[in-house]
Order: sequence, then C-alpha cells, then structure tokens
Amino acid sequence: MKIESIVENITINIDGQDVDVPKGINIIEAVKMAGKGKEVPHYCYHPKLSIAGNCRMCMVEMGMPMRDRTTGEAILEEDGSPKIGWMPKPTIGCATNASPGMHIRTHSDMVKESRNGVTEFLLINHPLDCPICDQAGECRLQEFSAEHGRGYSRFIEDKNVKPKRTRLGPRVTLDDERCILCSRCVRFSKEIANDDVLGFVDRGTYSTLTCYPGKELAHNYSLNTVDICPVGALTSTDFRFKMRVWFLKRTHSICTESSIGANTEIWSREGKIYRITPRRNDEVNDTWMTDSGRDLFKPIESEDRLTHYTIEGVHTTCDEAAASVVKLIQAGDVALVGSAHSSVEEQFFYKQIADRSGAKVSLVSHQGEGDGLLLSEDRSPNLRGALVTGLITDLPEASLETLACEINSGAVKTIFAVNEDLTELGISKEALAKVNVIYVGTHANATSEVASVVLPSLSVFEKDGTFINQSFRLQRFKAAVPGPRGIEPDYTVLEKIAAPLSQEKPASLTIDLVWERMAPKISQFDDSFRWRSLPDDGVALNASAFLDLDFVETKNLKYDPAAFKEAHAAPVEA
Amino acid sequence: MEHKETRLIFKHIDEPGYTNDIDCYMQHGGYEQLKKAVTMKPEDICAEVLTSGVRGRGGAGFPAGMKWKFLDRKSGKPIYLICNADESEPGTFKDRQIIHQDPHQLIEGMMCAAFAIQAKLAFIYIRGEFFQGYRILEKAIEEARSKNFLGDNILGSGYSCDIIVHRGAGAYICGEETGLIESLEGFRANPRIKPPYFPAALGAYQCPTIVNNVETLCDVKHIVEMGGEAFAKIGTPGNTGTRIWCVSGHVQKPGYYEFACADITLGQLIYDVCGGLKPGRKLKAVIPGGSSAKILRADERFKGKLKDGSEFDWGIEDIPMDFDSLAAVGSMSGSGGVIVMDDTTDMVEALANINYFYAHESCGQCTPCREGVPWMRKVTQRMVDGEAREEDADLLKSIADQIAGRTICAFGEAASWPVQSFIAKFKDEFVEKAKEQAARRKEGKATATETTLI
Ligand SMILES: Cc1cc2nc3c(=O)[nH]c(=O)nc-3n(C[C@H](O)[C@H](O)[C@H](O)COP(=O)(O)O)c2cc1C
Ligand code: SF4
Ligand code: SF4
Ligand code: FES
Repeated sequence: MKIESIVENITINIDGQDVDVPKGINIIEAVKMAGKGKEVPHYCYHPKLSIAGNCRMCMVEMGMPMRDRTTGEAILEEDGSPKIGWMPKPTIGCATNASPGMHIRTHSDMVKESRNGVTEFLLINHPLDCPICDQAGECRLQEFSAEHGRGYSRFIEDKNVKPKRTRLGPRVTLDDERCILCSRCVRFSKEIANDDVLGFVDRGTYSTLTCYPGKELAHNYSLNTVDICPVGALTSTDFRFKMRVWFLKRTHSICTESSIGANTEIWSREGKIYRITPRRNDEVNDTWMTDSGRDLFKPIESEDRLTHYTIEGVHTTCDEAAASVVKLIQAGDVALVGSAHSSVEEQFFYKQIADRSGAKVSLVSHQGEGDGLLLSEDRSPNLRGALVTGLITDLPEASLETLACEINSGAVKTIFAVNEDLTELGISKEALAKVNVIYVGTHANATSEVASVVLPSLSVFEKDGTFINQSFRLQRFKAAVPGPRGIEPDYTVLEKIAAPLSQEKPASLTIDLVWERMAPKISQFDDSFRWRSLPDDGVALNASAFLDLDFVETKNLKYDPAAFKEAHAAPVEA
Repeated sequence: MEHKETRLIFKHIDEPGYTNDIDCYMQHGGYEQLKKAVTMKPEDICAEVLTSGVRGRGGAGFPAGMKWKFLDRKSGKPIYLICNADESEPGTFKDRQIIHQDPHQLIEGMMCAAFAIQAKLAFIYIRGEFFQGYRILEKAIEEARSKNFLGDNILGSGYSCDIIVHRGAGAYICGEETGLIESLEGFRANPRIKPPYFPAALGAYQCPTIVNNVETLCDVKHIVEMGGEAFAKIGTPGNTGTRIWCVSGHVQKPGYYEFACADITLGQLIYDVCGGLKPGRKLKAVIPGGSSAKILRADERFKGKLKDGSEFDWGIEDIPMDFDSLAAVGSMSGSGGVIVMDDTTDMVEALANINYFYAHESCGQCTPCREGVPWMRKVTQRMVDGEAREEDADLLKSIADQIAGRTICAFGEAASWPVQSFIAKFKDEFVEKAKEQAARRKEGKATATETTLI
C-alpha cells in the first residue's frame, strides 16, 4: 500500500476558535472542516474546478498576527495574546489559503453585509420564477437568499432581458436570465471534459453564456454542468418539468456502465426513477459521471422486462422454478456462463453452485472504447468481483467458442446462463436447441426465449448488493425502487438452488446473512465486513493476488494501471 | 501670474518642426540614453529607478522601482515588459500625444526599462481606437529596429529584446493590468484574482511581468539620463518628477500641461494656466484625476495632516497638484485627468454620464460590479428622465458601498467612488431634483428638463 503523503497541519482561528487544518487549504474548506455545520456560502467555488473568484459570495474577514516592522517580533495585546491586524476589506474565502496564525471571521457585520449585498445584486435582474423552476428546492440562490438576503426589494428599474430556453446541446437547456455567470460550467467543460465549448459573449450585465459558434455542448459529460450549476440556468432537457425535487427519495447506488463504478444517487418517487446524478467520491469519480450512465435506469420499465418465473414458457412460482433448476443441474454436464454484471453476492452463490455441481464456468468480456475519464474499456461493473469470489481465475474471453464445441460434442447438456444472450456469443440457436437452458436475467432475449427455466432477476436499482471496481474498491448499492411484483432478490433464488445441491434446506436470507456467510470465505474481505456497515465511499481491497492479470483498462480519471500495480506490489510499511 | 511648465516628457510635443521620425528624434539627442543604459549593469538602472521615487502614472501611483523589485526572478521563467497604452480613463489624453508626436521617446524609455529588468520581450498594448497611433508606433519600431535599438544583440551589448504592438479590444477594462494581460493572451479582458495572479509573479503567459504606463516608461529614459537622485529633486519627496495634467471641462484653455509635482496648485492650474472659467461662471467642482477620482466641491475646506505630519487647511484652489496632496484631500491624482465643472453643471446629469460609462465598461465577471454598476446607471438615468425620488441619493450611496472593496479588480472602486463622492458632496442637489420634478408634475408640466446626455 502506498503511504499517504503526510500533510502538515497548521492552526488557524475561525470565529474565535482555534482549529487545526491542513496547510494551504482554502478558507471555505477550512470552515467546513471546523464542523458544527458551519459553511461559507459560495457559488463559483467548486472543489474540483479551478478558482474563479467571481461570485464574491464567500467573503470573510481576514487578519494576521501583527509583527513589529523593525524587530520582526510579534506584537501582543495587553492580555498577552497576539495582536491581529485585520484587513480593512473583506477577502474571498475561496482564494484565501490558510496560513499559520491566520484569523477568520465568518459572521462579522462586515461579512454579513457583504453577503447581503451580493445576494441583492444577484436578485435584481433575476426573473424570480422559482415556482416553475426545476432547480427550486436545490437552488443555492434560493437557499442563500433566504439566509442572507434582505427579504424585500429596493429595485424598481426594468430587469435585463436575456435569451430563454436556449438549446445548448442535445441534453442541456439554458435559461440565461437565471444564470449568475459563475463560470462553473465553462470551467468544467474546459478543465474536466476537455471540450472548451462554453463561454461568455457580450460584456458586463449583458454577459451571456453560449457555445462556441458551430459547436454544441454535446460531450458525454454535459449533464454534469447541470449538476454543478448553482441555479436553474442549466437544466436537463430530459428531467425538465418532470418532478419537484423535494418529492424525490435519494438512494445511494453505483453506476454499472463500466468498471469505473461511479458513485451515484438515484432519485425516485413511488417506485419510479426520475434521474441519476453523481455522488462525490474522491477515490472514484470525484463529483462527476457520464451522461450515458444516467440513462441506464430507463430499460427497467421496458416492454421486454422479464416479470415471471417460467418453466417451458409457463408461469410458475419461484420455488418450483428453483426446484426444476436443481433437477437439471443434478442431471450433470452443466456449464455455467456467469456475468460480470452480477453483484458480488450473486457471484458468491454462482461460485457455490459451480463447486457443488462441478459445472464449468465461463465468463464473457464486454469491452468498448475508453474515454480516459469515467468510461473505462471494461463495460461491466463487477469483473473484479468474479475474481475475488473465485468464480473465475482468469480474465474472460470475448466469445464462447469452446462452449459451442462442447455442446456439439455432447459434453455439455445443460447451460446455466446469467445475463448473456448466448446467440450473440458464438452459440447458434440450433446448438442451443440441443441442450437445456436455464436463464437468469432482467430482460428477454433470444436465449431466454429458448430457455427451459427462466429466473427473472432484479436490476441494480431494485436490489441491495456490492460491486468491486477497476481499482478493487468494494462499493455498496442499495435498492431504490421495488422490482417487478413477485420477483425475489437473486441471492434468495440462488440459495434455493445451491442449498439442495449439498442436501441442505434453503435458509431464508437477508443481505446481511449473506455477508455473514460470505465474508469469512473471501480472503480479500475482513471477517467483520457486513453489507450494512460498509462505508459509503467503499473499501479498498488488497489487490496483490491479481496484479499479474492483464486488465483492459487504460489510464482514466482516477486509475493508472502502472501506478496501481506499483502501489499494490509494494510491501506494506508500518 | 505666469507659471512656467517643466516640460520633461512633453519637451518637444507641439514644437514647430518636430516630427515623429527617428532622424528628428536623434537630432534632438534621441537614443543616447539607451546607448548609455546598455553599458550599465541592469541592477544599477533598477536602483536608479528606485532612488528616483518615480510613481506610476497610470492611476494607482505605485512606485515603479518597488514594483520592479517584486519581480519573481527565482522562477527562471522569462520576464515580460508591457507598456499600458490603453488610455481610456475619461478625462485623460496624455499617452496619445506621446505616441503620436514622440513615439521614439516611449520606445527608448521602454528599451531602457526592458534592459533594466532583463525582459525577454516587450509589448505595447495600445487602445483599439488609437489606430493612427498604432501605425505610428509600428513605423517607429521598424525604424528603431533598423538602427539596432531593438532586436537582436542591441547595440552590440549581447542583450536582445523586441517590441510587439498589440491593439486593444475596445473596452476600458483592457487597461486594468491583469485584464490587459488576458486580452494580450487572446482572451476576454477578464481581470484576474490577486492573489495569486500578481503580474510580477504570474503575469503574461504565467510568467513574471511588469506593466507600466506610457508616461511612467518615458520617465525611465529621463532617470537614466539624469540619475535617480537628480530626478527625485524634481517635485517634492514622495512626489517626484513631473505630471502631465490633462485639463478638460469648463475652462477657457483646456489642454495638457506638464508641471513638476506640487509646482502649482489646483487654483493656479485652473485660473492662471488654463485661463480661468468662462465669463460670469463660478467654479462648482473638480474631478482631479480622471473620472474615477472622487470629486472635490469648490466651497469645501480641506483639513488634515500630510504624510510628513504637517497640518493643512486648504480651499480647493490651494491644493498642490501632486500625488499625496490630492490623496490627503480624499481624492487622487490618478491618471492626471482634471475635469473642471462650473456652476452651470447639473450634478445629477454629470453623475448619470459617468455611471453610463462605467455600466457600459464593466467586464461583467464579478457580481457586485456587474450588477451594481448598471443599477446605479439605471437609477441616475431614471432621475434625469424625470422620475427622481428623494430616497434615490441614499440608495445610490448604499449600492456604491456594496461594490467598493468587494470586487476582483479596482474597477469596482473606479465606478463607486464617483457615486459615493457626488452623493457625499452634492446630496442636496439629488434631493432637490426629486422635489423639483414633483413640483413640475403637480403643475402638469413635463418633469424632465432637456439634457445633453449621451
Ligand atoms: C479599470 C481600470 C482601468 C485602467 N486603465 C488604465 C489605462 O488605461 N492605462 C494605464 O496606464 N493604466 C490603467 N489602469 C492601471 C493599471 O491597472 C496599472 O496599474 C498601470 O498600468 C500600472 O502602470 P503604472 O504603475 O506605470 O501606473 C487601469 C486600472 C483599472 C482598475
Ligand atoms: S449556467 Fe449555471 S454554471 Fe454556468 S455560469 Fe451560469 S450559473 Fe454558472
Ligand atoms: S470589478 Fe468589474 S471590471 Fe473588475 S473584474 Fe469585476 S466585473 Fe470585471
Ligand atoms: S466562491 Fe469565492 S468568489 Fe465565488
């Protein structure tokens, strides 16, 4: 493990209280660290973007211990404490870095009056259309106006008029009158998405956000601008006017688009998902995610969703279907086609089933082009899970040609397929007709159509579980919405198959019971790991057993294969 | 009474027969100081400039020698010199004269400065509207280059430096030094936050950079010529050298006049040098340092203490024209633009005019300036349009107070000082305007009197 570089701590004084903060940290972060729910209000500052210092909301009073000019000695008050030379003007917290002995006032009259002024200025030309604004409820301007505004208007002049409902790109709509010109979106596009497509035209109070001529805000990260826009200027064209945000329930989840495992939040109401947004994790995705990853909830309501357990096409109960699977497996000559889309818990069960039945396990890789940011080459969320649970020991193949041969030779009589459409992986429909097919998956496909037994499974949004991402980080996701009526969590169904295979009675399981069983059996896990108590930002696992594998990921936002190898191969220092 | 100008920078300006080509310049002793400079040690020239005490002529009046000392030389990055020729402060028209009539003086001054700070490259950022000046500079630089006063291995000294003339983008804010640098780099002239972007450390292309005004750089040539100590003898301690006062407004002879600092008083400048006011008019107010400077009221008494501890008690006509005296009376010498107003001036209209300018010129980056300054403009516009309210004066002051000291660049002050000072000194006129309009409204007359506002 790499030893974290040790950051020097210094003492500064915030509102009369001495606090220890890392040297060089800015005042907004320092005040946040000081705790007690204290916050320096701000708009343009974003922890992952360069400092612009343009909104002027974060103003604080700053002072330094005074020193005698000639001797350089500290000047003391009568009581022996250092005399503080306060700056005559307020300074911006976002661009002021903590230095030893610095004194900060976040609530003095001067500070309050500055915030009050900025708030008034931001509101004079603002359309004040909160009742129909999508940002209402999560708008910094709304929050800070309530907290720091004067509560009435002194502005009797005409407001500026600016463009409304501008299409910035396929997914983002701009209301220029609401824009407070904080430039977060501009900086994001330039600094993070590497597509310098946004900018301001015109001057002064007529400054207007726009795209460069002939270009659109079309990159696969465009919706992050909507997330970071502190007001309702940038809205998601998809989510626009669909739902008031305060009605939505937020559930922590993990993006399944690729092995990045971006931390996400699912916004739902009464069993329906309305949007997905990124959740901050500095080790994984900072505060960003792809646009494409936000669309992944849409198929869960699609027509071809599997909603019933079936045997030979006839609806049945879960127990019957499981019993029928057990019978097929016990007949022998089983091949299991696992999935890197399954959760760690599910893979643990598939491994058990394979062990108990002697089934041969194969796994297919799903790859695409990486973008160097938050879309990796491995388009499955949990390949590392399959390795850690022991379901596989080698990297997956691109197709199932060996399995196809074994079907033809008659060596395989039953195929237990998870999430994969085998007809697209080198096994023809004719070949499939020769064997019994057990299918587990969320959606119908050519394989489920010919399957003897179909076990519908739950999507990531409908179940509890964990994935292990590209850097062997174990990350938890929670069910946001219920699955189709009558469909049980996959691990319950799999227990009904695995237990009888070793002549046991299936236990009735919860996710925590699964972990009680699983944690001691997996060497990378601590025995004490329980799903419920896993940290929200995940756990870095020991990856040393897998460093020789040639994973497909190339360097991206938080992962550098070479550096990762080096860090994990190094002996652990005390 | 006669007051003789001390023409140092403007020595040959308007001299009959003096032309802006290099031959004429050299016949008048031109480029001798550069020849001398390149034989000196760069740090010695810097020391002379420090000794001279010369303060920036662009507005803030910061000592040039001190600014040069702040250059980050440890970084190992190239150093740039930029001449600020954006001259856009209303009431200021001196740099343009230098460029038009004596461009080689500027080039010589710049090359002395460039050699002193060992700049790798020098720029002249010239106001976009000065097209003629741009052509003159291009020609002059070509002439100087052909004589090896700039370019490679200048006069065999081993030092190489060239000058690039860059035309501005047509906004006042391009004159603010960090906005200027952004503009020079090809971006919008959005001033940078300081810290960390102090030009002397992180200027043009993130390299240490010195920005000086045209007049300041011309002074460098004369400092090389006479030495820092002799230069410091012109004027008074802390206010060294000459200043070019650009007098405009209600005087008989508006124009530019160069005097040693503190050589004359404001009264002498207006009455003796500029021929006084038009017949029958009385002095009402003066803005002494360009439109951003705080206005002085003609019947005020100015009392206080100078830096050296001596007390003063002046009427407006007694104020010595120099940096410290004008600062002591609560205004500034700024860019030297002296705007004189007589008793025919409507103060609300005058402020509306100034507000119009600043609202138009704000870059729009930071909230207080972007929103506050146009608000002040809307208020004063409404007032002259016949809808003044008695409470507007207090509102204007309160808006200005919410801007000054809270912005990215000094434009915030530049735009709020006029409002703060107009209200502080002429509030009665703002209130009177509202009353008068109300009375006219009562009589069924049009409330707005005719104005000559832009
Ligand atoms: C809004 C604003 C406009 C300015 N415009 C000019 C200008 O047109 N010319 C100029 O020389 N300095 C101007 N300045 C001052 C420059 O920022 C800078 O201080 C000056 O060029 C430094 O040169 P000096 O030290 O020789 O005066 C302006 C400053 C501000 C805040
Ligand atoms: S659109 Fe939003 S993020 Fe972009 S500058 Fe305006 S307020 Fe800031
Ligand atoms: S003070 Fe005005 S001109 Fe200066 S950066 Fe802010 S908005 Fe721009
Ligand atoms: S957050 Fe500091 S100026 Fe905007």
